[in-house]
Amino acid sequence: MSTQNPRNRCLTLAVALCSTLLGVSACSTTGAVAKSDAGATKSAAGTRAAPSSPASTPTPVYPSTYKAVETPPTLIRNATLLTGTGARLDATDLLLRDGKIAAIGTSLAAPTGARIIDANGRWVTPGIIDVHSHLGVYPSPGVEAHSDGNEATAPSTAQVWAEHSVWPQDPGFEAALAGGITTLQVLPGSANLFGGRSVVLKNVSSVTYQGMKFPDAPQGLKMACGENPKRVYGNRRQLPSTRMGNVAGWRAQWIEAQEYQRDWRQYEARLAAGAKDLRPPKRDLRLETLAGVLRGEILIQHHCYRADEMAIVLDMAREFGYKVTAFHHATEAYKIANLLAENNVCAAMWADWWGFKMESYDAIPENLLLVDAAPGSCAIVHSDSSEGIQRLNQEAGKIMASALRMGQQIKPEHAITWLTRNAARALGIDSVTGTLEVGKNADVVVWNRDPFSVYALTDQVFIDGNLRLDRSRPRGAPESDFLLGQPATVAATSETAP
Amino acid sequence: MTYATLNRSMVRSIAGLAASTLVAVLGAAGMANAADTLLIRNATVHTLTSEARAGTDVLIREGRIVEIGRGLSAPNGVRVIDAQGRPVTPGIFAGLSRIGLEEIGLESTTGDHAQRLGQMRPEFDVSLAYNPAAMSVGVHRSNGLTFTVLTPGAASGGSLVAGLGAPVSFGESGILPQRILFVDLGGDANDLSGGSRAAQFMLLRQAIVEARAPNLVMVHDERLLSPSGRQVLLDFLKNQGLIVFDVDRAADIRNVIRLVREEKLRAVIRGGSEAWRIAGELAAAQIPVILDPLVNLPDSFDDLGATLENAARLRKAGVTVAISMRGSEVDDAGKARQAAGNAVAHGMPWADGLAAITRVPAEIFGIADRFGSLAIGRPADLVMWSGDPLEVSSAALLVVSNGTVQSLESRHTALRDRYVERVRSGAAR
Repeated sequence: MSTQNPRNRCLTLAVALCSTLLGVSACSTTGAVAKSDAGATKSAAGTRAAPSSPASTPTPVYPSTYKAVETPPTLIRNATLLTGTGARLDATDLLLRDGKIAAIGTSLAAPTGARIIDANGRWVTPGIIDVHSHLGVYPSPGVEAHSDGNEATAPSTAQVWAEHSVWPQDPGFEAALAGGITTLQVLPGSANLFGGRSVVLKNVSSVTYQGMKFPDAPQGLKMACGENPKRVYGNRRQLPSTRMGNVAGWRAQWIEAQEYQRDWRQYEARLAAGAKDLRPPKRDLRLETLAGVLRGEILIQHHCYRADEMAIVLDMAREFGYKVTAFHHATEAYKIANLLAENNVCAAMWADWWGFKMESYDAIPENLLLVDAAPGSCAIVHSDSSEGIQRLNQEAGKIMASALRMGQQIKPEHAITWLTRNAARALGIDSVTGTLEVGKNADVVVWNRDPFSVYALTDQVFIDGNLRLDRSRPRGAPESDFLLGQPATVAATSETAP
Repeated sequence: MTYATLNRSMVRSIAGLAASTLVAVLGAAGMANAADTLLIRNATVHTLTSEARAGTDVLIREGRIVEIGRGLSAPNGVRVIDAQGRPVTPGIFAGLSRIGLEEIGLESTTGDHAQRLGQMRPEFDVSLAYNPAAMSVGVHRSNGLTFTVLTPGAASGGSLVAGLGAPVSFGESGILPQRILFVDLGGDANDLSGGSRAAQFMLLRQAIVEARAPNLVMVHDERLLSPSGRQVLLDFLKNQGLIVFDVDRAADIRNVIRLVREEKLRAVIRGGSEAWRIAGELAAAQIPVILDPLVNLPDSFDDLGATLENAARLRKAGVTVAISMRGSEVDDAGKARQAAGNAVAHGMPWADGLAAITRVPAEIFGIADRFGSLAIGRPADLVMWSGDPLEVSSAALLVVSNGTVQSLESRHTALRDRYVERVRSGAAR
């Protein structure tokens, strides 16, 4: 039987609620990024993803060991490019060299030794980016031993890092690659008010997560509104059991973080003034994360469904002087589309999830369209699902159908921004990926047809110029060690039947 | 009337499908009240019983299809819809679902799909909980889904014999008389069988013995079934009522095939993520599979063989394939067309993909005289699409269910329309 919901939507909490199969999921998170380049570009934030304290010069800890594969140049000729900047370029060539997009134009010359792909009019887009995934932390198979996405033992676990739960052998990564996913943010679940730090991964095969870690990408902090935290902790008769408890819980933590930051600043100032024999304040992993947010180095990715709660969160961010980068799920974002746009907050949304909990009762398929219609908005399609991440292009296609029913037509060159540029902004990596522009990372997908078709398949996927997937090649062994040598992946012989 | 005789009538309607006559159809279950008359002109008509026909008209009179052909004349005053070549298909199957049985997944007071009595109650008829005013009914209908099979769940504290489900029309007629028995097997049902899937078959065999020997003297505490439960199960056994087994692992499916053969049951596999591994055996046993073509990850150790090519491989082996989403939330049903499109993208012939969400499920559940294909004399149950019905970017432009033109509006569009102007004027805050 299979009652398990592939969407993984209620898992966290589901342990108490779902009778069968649990463990698999995490229920939605949020994330938004500032639209302004200043806010979104990586600045120094990325390199200081793991500040050891507010005071010290941060040394990256648990650093990325990812190295782009050295590969000969690739010239893709005669493609239909959706650049991710809002433009569509027909009959255009794209040159990938040294891991970067080296040239875009017509009749580009092929460098010596270049691989040449005649796109023959096929569609080429930036690599797809999912800002909301639990691959690796709620991997397949969804056995109890794999339930690593929610440290649901206290309402604030800002000290935990999702990357320390990532299982690189999750077969979901390779499946997502077939859907054109080149970059993804893996988040803790939404059981807690503060769930912990997220990590941005490149979708490459590696035995260690450090080999997948996106160099210099800022970490996020997962926060959660609404039903999940109050249900999980309310059932244990502790705060929060209400929405007002949620807000009180958040504010108390920010106050602690401000004090922590003040103590360190005082220490720094005295040190700078030449004071001797000073004892530094005691390090606190939980408060280090929150202080990282107050310093703008860690991006807030806030799971929040209802419009009224998002507005409260924006007030809270003003109270404590930090920025909300993205709301995730944001099923009522359409009700406050202008407010979100004016605050430079992204909204990461589904195409057609609704009704699975009270706070998603007003979710509508046009949510993203209405958010997108507000001037200055940042609308993103996200998955929160090991199935959905394999076809974010189709999610966008469904939203285009909703537009049709409203008498609107969304052009493909616009729709692709929901999956690439805007997603890169929300992760603070838009200066290096998310669009087809000269100098950007060569994260590129060649589709066999219009990528918003249900029949579209990826023909080639490049990450940093390296050909990660090629559908014209015979299928090799699965990348995941877990799937290797499994008898169930071959047809059974009838002789064994009784 | 018994459950199983109803199921027998399903068998007959399947057999008679291709040759359905006006007389036979007029004898079908009663039609609803408001019935519309309209002419759809110049459509590409997918009847599902013959090749698609371009440039074709469909005349609906008082809710029934009365003509399908080229250049039909429009009766006086009839509403004429110019399809401009767009596709017209039968209404889409919303799968095995909780639509109308659950309003909000996480709110138990709104959900009635499963019993937790701690007893095996095959007589638990979940259709008694159906609420045609549920939000999801109107939403799905406005998107071109016109029928579902209400499906009881096997919840913790319930039984692996989940109970009875029923087909339901999203038009006015509502619940149809057929009843289907649902059984849940495999690793995720282990907590309903003392921790072992082997015990699942043991319990089923015991229940069958009880049902077949109603006078068997048993101490009350030893019985699995209540008197009414024995009656319902016996009815299914004697009359080959349709039983849906939710099961994925190939080895478990084989055990179902054996049970079906030995007990002379009529069965459908639901789930079947590893069904392709024993496709030949399923074809030989003539057991259909209702699957979710998007299931390709090893979600559990019952799904290690899951593949996007499941549907294509089963069809190639001659297995009857219908589509229903694995996810059981009420919104999951909205992905039926997308799922079929993905099956096609991974090797299933397009016509089979469309049939898997129209004609085939209607045949499996014995309601092919009402749903799943277009034929003269039938109550009109059809949809006109903006484009390829399996495309995600296509939308329903006209929905006729149970002979009545349905509103394309729903609670979703009401919310949309309330806020769209606010966004445009900058007031969405």
